[in-house]
This record gives sequence, C-alpha cells and structure tokens, in this order.
Amino acid sequence: MGWAIAIHGGAGDIPLSLPPEKRLPREAGLRRCLEVGIAALKARNHPLDVVELVVRELENHPNFNAGKGSVLTTTGTVEMEACIMDGKTMKCGAVSGVSTVVNAISLARLVMEKTSHIYLAFDGAEAFARDQGLETVEMSHFITPENIERLKQAQEADRVQIDYTQPIQKETPKDAAVADGDSQIGTVGCVAVDNEGNLATATSTGGLVNKMVGRIGDTPVIGAGTYANHLCAVSATGRGEAIIRGTVARDVAAVMEFKGISLKEAAAYVIDRVPPGTAGLIAVSSTGEIAMPFNTTGMFRACATEDGYSEIAIWDSTSK
Amino acid sequence: MGGWAIAVHGGAGVDPNLPKERQEEAKRLLTRCLDIGISALRSNLSAIDVVELVVRQLETDPLFNSGRGSALTENGTVEMEASIMDGPKRRCGAVSGLSTVKNPVSLARLVMDKSPHSYLAFSGAEEFAKKQGVELVDNEYFITEDNVGMLKLAKEANSILFDYRIPTIGTCGAGAAAMDSPLQMNGLPISVYAPETVGCVVVDKEGRCAAATSTGGLMNKMTGRIGDSPLIGSGTYACELCGVSCTGEGEAIIRSTLAREVAAVMEYKGLRLHEAVDFVIKNRLDEGKAGLIAVSKNGEVACGFNTTGMFRGCATEDGFMEVGVW
Repeated sequence: MGWAIAIHGGAGDIPLSLPPEKRLPREAGLRRCLEVGIAALKARNHPLDVVELVVRELENHPNFNAGKGSVLTTTGTVEMEACIMDGKTMKCGAVSGVSTVVNAISLARLVMEKTSHIYLAFDGAEAFARDQGLETVEMSHFITPENIERLKQAQEADRVQIDYTQPIQKETPKDAAVADGDSQIGTVGCVAVDNEGNLATATSTGGLVNKMVGRIGDTPVIGAGTYANHLCAVSATGRGEAIIRGTVARDVAAVMEFKGISLKEAAAYVIDRVPPGTAGLIAVSSTGEIAMPFNTTGMFRACATEDGYSEIAIWDSTSK
Repeated sequence: MGGWAIAVHGGAGVDPNLPKERQEEAKRLLTRCLDIGISALRSNLSAIDVVELVVRQLETDPLFNSGRGSALTENGTVEMEASIMDGPKRRCGAVSGLSTVKNPVSLARLVMDKSPHSYLAFSGAEEFAKKQGVELVDNEYFITEDNVGMLKLAKEANSILFDYRIPTIGTCGAGAAAMDSPLQMNGLPISVYAPETVGCVVVDKEGRCAAATSTGGLMNKMTGRIGDSPLIGSGTYACELCGVSCTGEGEAIIRSTLAREVAAVMEYKGLRLHEAVDFVIKNRLDEGKAGLIAVSKNGEVACGFNTTGMFRGCATEDGFMEVGVW
C-alpha cells in the first residue's frame, strides 16, 4: 500500500494572475515542506509526528497564514489556533488565542498528550505553554509587513475578509477581495498515512484578516476544520463559518462510511455541498488514497505517495 | 406525525445514591423549564427562540452546572461556555471563557445574529457582550457554596471532577464516597463525579429544529479549558432533520462528534430519530460515557444515554410529557 501525504497552504480567491514574486516563494515553501514530510515518512516516523513536523515548517514560513505570517486581528494583534488528531486512537488536541508560542501545533499536541483536556485557549493556553517550556517570543515575531498592509486594506474597506454571516453583510465584489493578489484565506495543514494505515491530521492558522479579538474559526473545532478516524484524515481551509456549519472534516469520513464510497468521491461530495468559493480540503485514506478538492479559485497544495508520485499545485481542482 | 416537541436536560451521569430530595428538586426544575418551553411553543415562538428562552432559565437557576451554579476552574473562578444552532440554515453561534455574562446562551445567540463570526471567546467575547449591552455581573454571582465545597473535594482527589450536588452535611469526602459504588465516570467514582451542562432541543410547528447547550464545564478544570458544549457538531447540532444537545464526558463527545453523528446517520443511513439516537449511543462512544436529547422535524423526541441516569424532560404537542432521572 505505501505511505501518502498531502499538505495545503490555504484555499481561496487566488487569482490566476498571481505574480511570480507571490507565487514562487509559496510553491518553494510547499515543495520544501512536502520534502520534510516525505523524509519523515521514509524514516518510518509515525504520521502524528510527521504532520506536526510539517505544520511546524509551514508555521515558520512567513508566506502562509499560520505562525509567522499570521493575519492580524482588528486591533493588529496575532491570535493563532491549531489542532491535531490521531486517526487510530482518535485522541486530539487544540489551542486558540495563542500569541507568543512559536509553534501552535506543538502546543496543541502537548494539550493532547500532557493534559486530560482536549482544548485550551487564550491565557490558559499561554500559561500551559510556559509550564511546558515551549519556545515563546514577542508577538511582533509573527507580524509581517504584508499582513499589516492587508489589515489596513480590510479596515479601509470596512469588512472582515472572507468569512461572514448573512445578517450584517453587504456583499463585496470578488475582485475587491485582495488588492495585491494574495490569497486571504489562510490556514496550513498536513495529513499523512503510513504503510500500516495509521492516519493523522494537523491544521494551523492565524485566522481571518481583521477578525474580532477572540474570534475562533473552524481550525480548532474537531469535525469542522480537522478530523481523523480509522478511515481517513482531513484538514480543511476556507470560510470558517461555512466549514463549521458544514462539519466538513467529519463529513468526509461519515460519507465514506455510510455511503460506502471512495475518499475522492466523499471529499468531492462534501466540498460540493458547501457554498461555492468557501472551502477546500486535503485528505488521505487508510489505504493510501489522496484527495484535494476545493470550490474556490485555488488552493495552495502538494502531495506525494510512496510509489513516487508527487504534485504541487495552486489551481485546477483534482476533484472534478 | 408533526407538531412541536421539546426536550431539556440537566446533565448525564448520576450517582445511584443521589438523595431523593435532590432528585425531586431536579425534576421540579426540569418540569418548570419544560412548561416555559411549552407555553412559548403554544404562543408560536420559533424553535430558536424557545431553546434560548429555556436554556436561560436553566442558567439562571443554580441547581445545574451552567450560568449561576457553574462548576469552578482550578482557580476557583467561573468560565462559562455555550452554543446555539438554528436548523433551517444551520446558522450557529458559540462562546467560551465567559466570566461576567449572566446568560451565556444569549451571548451565543448574539454572536450568531449580530457578529460576522460563529464563535467568540474570553476577553473578545466579553468585549462583544459589553458592546451588545447584555446583562453583566461580577464573577462571584455565579459561584455557589456547594461548588466551592466541590472544588475542595476535587483538589483533594487531585483529579478533574464533573460537578455533583451531594449535600455537604454528612459526607466523609471522596474516599468514603468512593467505597459506596463501583461505578465510574471519567476515571472517578460516580459518587464524586457529577453531571454537567444543560441543554434544550426544540422542533416547532413549522418543523424547524434548534438546539442549545450551556455549561460551566469541568470542576477543577485548567483555566482556558474548552469542552464539548460550545463546539458545533460535538455538544450541539441542528439541521433540517433534527436538533441535538449532548452532555457527559467532554472528550468522548468531541472525539465522536456526537451531536453531528445523530444527524449524519439520519441523513446518510436514513435512520429515524430513535434509531439514530440508539445507534449513536451504542456504537459511537466506545469507552466514553455520555447522553443526549434530540428532536426531529417530524415532531419526534428522543433521548439516549449510556450513563447511570440523565436529568431530562420531554414533551410533544399531542400531550406526552415525561421528566426523569434514570
């Protein structure tokens, strides 16, 4: 059967005209992180270790919306969240409101392994990080000039980028979404399966540009942005509200089980049922299948399997 | 079929030795809340309004673990969370880490209706509450003597406790209590463990389903700990088909995405409400202990639990009404 791995750097309104200076660093980032994951799988590391390792790399990369490079809240601060889940044991860990921990995904893992809880947030999560001796820095470490600019634009346009509910929103035209052509919908994630069928998933994000302080998205909500069981491991990205309402990550596994269909069919089915332009996901199954569907313009993604196949892509969904 | 239906709960996992007067007190509260819900349904309030109204009642009464009467964190403070979901369009709202908001479920509703987000927590949620002008009180308002005593017991036992309202007179502490019953929940003897969370699910005359859940969480929890109650798909879920609210071991409920599971088996396996509830309780919890209440768009109501008891009540438009502990 062989191992398989998939990673993403966010789904969204990534224009086809994305200039090379924006596109190339991200493709390079995906390539490098994929290689890190492949090496770890080849060295027979457990998928849980692999997904954490890869997401740490993605968090450290400043061009993705997680860790360094996280988008900013409405007050210009960073509030990161992350989540990790083991398909076999179904143990999971999640954190939200993290502002000084260099790698939120590792904090999520510690919550899973070192506490009797699943989810810690804000001051409590920060205090736990210090108790555990995790690396912490000044919040400024995570803030990049691009994100300061994004926040400025969003505030000028007076809206929360990408994610909002019907009652208060005035519709914004699609091309007004991003002035500089960068995808605003961020989140990074990794799913992996080894050749024994052990599955794991990890997701990490800075959230939404200009989000309210204290806003929690789909990433740390088990079953929404992140989920794994004995059938598959899933990491989703896109409009948080749509992913939460659609229990996207959970539904992929549920549909596989209840309808008896393949991972690819299940993933496509679930993505088709969320509103267009709102979501994408990566998933691997216990039998080494990979799926990376999205209903947005694009999704930064990459995948590889033990038999030598690998792919790095931004547009052209493979789910159709 | 058809017509309205309502169910409420005050937590799953009850000590078989719970004193009779406590059981009666709980049943009276559940009955009162059911009556409030039934009255509202007869006045044609929509499902989403009814679940909020009923959970507010449960939060305000100090008997169960939500709002006033919430379990305490390791620091002796209260951090409350809640979520609410409206079946027809699956709109939802959730809050965590509240310490001054008198009715968390109402703030969750405001997050759903008046904010661009689905989930707000801690200082951001409190800020939003201030801006929305909801009723705020000191954290002390939520703290009861019973729970201060319970926290002490929990620390002595040095473990996480579910909330339990044993009378403080005449008990000898966790050790003696542990001898009374071999039953366990979350690794604790049932006499020390206690049920937590309150919830309400409703289907109105139009067949619209809604669900809401509210809690103070685990006794002696780490500050910042979030449980299943505010997590859509775990503690709370509602869609076109049904409305579900869960209670019990938070980890088990999250891992099994219990509330969503009921709806998923109805949707994907075509099971009716009762079958779905039975299936999920029997097959999805593994070692976990939990309970849930659910309604379907067809006016059915069901509850299921694999714990010893669950404080609950339910009623349907055709006159059926039942309140129970076991």
